[in-house]
Order: sequence, then C-alpha cells, then structure tokens
Amino acid sequence: MVPLVYFQLVSAGLFAIGVYGVLARRSAVLIVMSIELMLNAVNINLIAAAAYLEGTGNFQGFAGHIIAIFVITIAAAEVGLALAIILRMYRNRATVNVDEIDLMKW
Amino acid sequence: MTLGAGLGVVVTRNVAHAALLLLVSLVAVAGLYLILFAEFLALVQVLIYGGAIIIVLLFAIMLTRSADYPRISDNRQWPLAAVAALGLLGVLAAAFLAAPQTTGETVSRPQSPAFTDLGNSLFTTWAIPFEIASLVLLAALIGAIIIARDGGEQG
Repeated sequence: MVPLVYFQLVSAGLFAIGVYGVLARRSAVLIVMSIELMLNAVNINLIAAAAYLEGTGNFQGFAGHIIAIFVITIAAAEVGLALAIILRMYRNRATVNVDEIDLMKW
Repeated sequence: MTLGAGLGVVVTRNVAHAALLLLVSLVAVAGLYLILFAEFLALVQVLIYGGAIIIVLLFAIMLTRSADYPRISDNRQWPLAAVAALGLLGVLAAAFLAAPQTTGETVSRPQSPAFTDLGNSLFTTWAIPFEIASLVLLAALIGAIIIARDGGEQG
C-alpha cells in the first residue's frame, strides 16, 4: 500500500491550492470553489489517517469516516447558504467581486 | 490528477471551466478514497459533490451572469497569495515529512468498513452529532431560501 505520507502530501498540496484560490480570486463563486478544495484536502487526510490507524489498535467507531461524512454534510449546507448570499449580493449590488462589496468598510 | 485539476480551478480565467475542473478534481478525490478502501465515502463524494454541489455552483454562475464577462481577473494581491500558499505548503510538507512514519501494518487490510458497521456506528456512537448535523442542514436550507427569495426588503 502507498505510504501514508503521500496522501498527506497530496492533501497539503490541495489545501495550499485552496488557500491560494481564496486569497487571489475576486469572484465570490470562485472563492466558494476554493473553500471546497480545502474541505476535500481535510477529508483526504481524515480518510487516510483512518485507513492507516485501523490496524494499530487505537481505533474505534470509524471515527475518520464518520467525521468525513459530517464534513461533507456541512460543506453541502455551506455551499447552499453561500450561493444564496451570493445571489442576494448580485441582485443588490450587480457584482460578485468581493473587492467591490465594501458596504461594511469602516 | 487531483492536484492538476485543482490548480486549474484556481488559475483558469473562465468561470465555467473552473467549475468543470473542480468536478474533475472532486472525482479524482473519490478515486483516492477508493484507494483507501473507503467505498462509502467515494460514493457519497461522487453523489454529493459531483451531483449536487457542482450543479448548484453552475446554477449560481449562470444566475449571476458571470459567464457574460468570463475574463475574470485575480485581484492585486495575487503574488502575496502565492507566497502565502507556497509557504503554507512548505510548512505542511515539512511537518508531514518530519512526523514519524507509519509504515502501515494495515497494508494487507483487504476489506473496507462494511456499510452495516458504518451505519451502526453512525446511529449509536455518533447519534447526537448526526441529529445536530441534520438540524444544521435544515437551518441552512431555510436560511438559503429566505435569503435568496424575491420580495425582501431591498428586493
């Protein structure tokens, strides 16, 4: 089987890509996509750790798998809510670029 | 493949292309789950991400008419963002490489956690988080409907 560290490196790379997307993009929709990438990176880490810890004895209740399922659930809720907010924002301000949303700027 | 498609998501100029590349990346992540013997997670990943989330994202892209001006640009802080992301990648990779290596004795584990075991665990050990997650989903759905519907105070 592939060593655990490979999965961790893939996960780190995906997370870094997501961070770059959140920081560098202007469109709010693309920022949401980047957040999805980061959540997936975390999920890869959880599943990999769960798969490799199973044989070591300190493993109970499929914790990694269950928590990954919860992460996916929360991600779905988050996407629905974020896109509703984006639609609202677009209807009010006619833009989806986050640097033009300065309503709360002090 | 996951990384390549993910990189495409953040560097492509076309919003619709970004969404489709995100789909490729998520399906590749499902493939990683299969490698790790997590068939149920792979199934859920394809269904929820590949099915629901990508469709919702495409709807949002069309409704906000981002496709009319597809040449979206990055903002001015993108070099800083690249530096930050690369720094984070370096830190994470160093941490993972420095950690004690688990040379898995689980190498020969042939079977995945059975669906029944997973379900039993979900409804016994994890019952309360499960209910909380369902409440969160309900609240998010109602909130999304209320936020996005017509006839608000500024509609």
